Amino acid sequence: MSITLSESAARHVQNFITRRGKGVGLRIGVRTSGCSGMAYKLEFADAVADDDLQFVSHGVTLLVDSKSLPYIDGMELDYTREGLNEGFKFNNPNVKNACGCGESFQV
Amino acid sequence: MALLQISEPGMSTAPHQHRLAVGIDLGTTNSLVATVRNGISVVLNDENGRAMLPSVVRYAPDGGVTVGEGAQAAQSDDPVNTIVSAKRFMGRGLKDVGDTSRLPYRFVEADGMLQLRTAAGVKSPVEVSAEILGVLRQRAEAALGGELVGAVITVPAYFDDAQRQATKDAARLAGLNVLRLLNEPTAAAIAYGLDNASEGVYAVYDLGGGTFDISILRLTRGVFEVLAANGDSALGGDDFDQRIHCWLLEKNNLSALSPGDTRLLLTHARTAKEQLTDHDQARITAVLSGGELIDNVLTRDEFQSLSRNLIQRTLQPMRRALRDAGLAAADIKGVVMVGGATRMPQVQHAVGEFFGQTPLTNLDPDKVVALGAAIQANLLAGNRGGDEWLLLDVIPLSLGIETMGGLSEKIIPRNSTIPTARAQEFTTYRDGQTAMSVHVVQGERELVSDCRSLARFELRGIPAMVAGAARIRVTYQVDADGLLNVSARETGSGVEAAITVKPSYGLSDAEITRMLQESTLHAREDMQARALREQQTEANQLLEAVQHALEQDGELVSGEQRERIAACMTGLRGTLELSDHLVIKRAVSALNDATVGLAQARMDKSVAKALAGKNISELEQK
Repeated sequence: MSITLSESAARHVQNFITRRGKGVGLRIGVRTSGCSGMAYKLEFADAVADDDLQFVSHGVTLLVDSKSLPYIDGMELDYTREGLNEGFKFNNPNVKNACGCGESFQV
Repeated sequence: MALLQISEPGMSTAPHQHRLAVGIDLGTTNSLVATVRNGISVVLNDENGRAMLPSVVRYAPDGGVTVGEGAQAAQSDDPVNTIVSAKRFMGRGLKDVGDTSRLPYRFVEADGMLQLRTAAGVKSPVEVSAEILGVLRQRAEAALGGELVGAVITVPAYFDDAQRQATKDAARLAGLNVLRLLNEPTAAAIAYGLDNASEGVYAVYDLGGGTFDISILRLTRGVFEVLAANGDSALGGDDFDQRIHCWLLEKNNLSALSPGDTRLLLTHARTAKEQLTDHDQARITAVLSGGELIDNVLTRDEFQSLSRNLIQRTLQPMRRALRDAGLAAADIKGVVMVGGATRMPQVQHAVGEFFGQTPLTNLDPDKVVALGAAIQANLLAGNRGGDEWLLLDVIPLSLGIETMGGLSEKIIPRNSTIPTARAQEFTTYRDGQTAMSVHVVQGERELVSDCRSLARFELRGIPAMVAGAARIRVTYQVDADGLLNVSARETGSGVEAAITVKPSYGLSDAEITRMLQESTLHAREDMQARALREQQTEANQLLEAVQHALEQDGELVSGEQRERIAACMTGLRGTLELSDHLVIKRAVSALNDATVGLAQARMDKSVAKALAGKNISELEQK
């Protein structure tokens, strides 16, 4: 079981956490909602919760709650640029179906 | 797929529900848009990587509108239709603007606000500003990948109600929802995180392209109050360029130049000024239209003496602002620098000397206002955790004070976003009066008897003076918890009294602390349960469809096939009770396979039906 960051994503996350001034890592998860089932959650983490699983990728600590892990196991998080927009992209092998924009998905 | 940003803990948004909010610095010379992404306030650049959008709008006769660099380039060729510094006209009548003889525009006096006659018709300053805001909005939506829920737009601290309303109208015209208008100096202070700092008084020194503003802010419990504002509306970075320009004329014994040459030299002057920020000297070389060669070296020392009296001119408003606030330079806890012109070392030096401390300069002074506005917008849009969301609340009813004759004087008007603080000065009405009663009321009615009484307290110990001589400053402050704090202070003697009330609109603690705790057990079971439900739904839909098809067209296929389909249906029904979604899935595909022949036959039948009784030529016409 693992979740990884691309090198570019790791660099950005590290930078964001440094500039934010606090945080123990990046929290990745899913929740039910959205137009196609599940939606991703991407948050700064200020504390590790009891049921968190921890992964370290390129020096960045990733926290995933055990409830979310089955939906995103094996996923790689990347940071890309599309025109003026830039941000994180989820490369999730579990996704069978996604809404047009990919913001929500089904496994 | 869509690109995501990192949210604050617990603040992830649902898909397509991102609360995208921006801060906009709608400046006299340049405008910017910023947002908070991944927890950090950043200015959004256009596709050419430029952050600043010149606040210039050009109206072409064909109705075309150009905003920004393109419009600025056309300024000298088409001055009448190229509107610069529209901000100076916002909410102003012709007589407010004063001498318009030097401006190239065809002004039209209108009710309340002046208007400008352009090639594309009569335009109000609100419409001009809306064009600028519209471009920034498009830029933001392209960069954020969605519609904005709102914007915080900054205005000078001295803007009156008409000017603020005009700014709001411009935003509405540009399709922007205004979360709040924020004072520019406050935005700058927020960008530096001073709102999280301990309490104190701060000065914001804003030397822009054409205007100078100094503001003295007091921070109390996360609320900024503008204690005093002063400035010079005709002093800015452009004047420094002008000085270098004059120096060049003098050095080269030149007199009146053509407008083109003047512009050329001013551009070189500006470049030299910027070079002198990091270098000890700058070389200026140019060839004028008449063939004259300009080649001069300006040293930093020379530039400092050229610009000394310009900097002196900023000190006078600073002294006045401090005097108005009743403070000394030593009372100032921090100084924030705003505006590109504050990059000049001599400006930073003079300000540092005046306040006896090094001013804050580590943020880009051109961007600091927009960055602060973005932080506020992010907060107001509800993207921050903790108790800060309370900022979204507004005061439903005005908070006032009882004055002579049983009248209510509103101190905090209704719909003010909290936290907020307002102060007003009152005086004694009787000779030798040593106490004053402060009656805090809530409501929109004029008579105190029609309003709701919240609290009452007395300020005692006022030194005996003639009526009207005492200066009693009453401050109303509603903090982030919805608590109203009222204090009264006689400014001469310093006697003070205060009271805290909790008006009825206060938010219950239960609401604030209400949080959902997600079950973390049975994660894998939950996932399978979800898959099972989805598969069951699909199976039921398929069974229904096949049943319907059999009833209608069962005779189209052989009895053997019908039996096979029926068997698969029974098989699938049997799996529905099982808890394994994979078994159901297999039964679904078995039924699907079994119905291939039936589906084919039904398709052929409907095609045949559609074609029946028609000849070839009819079909070809279609």
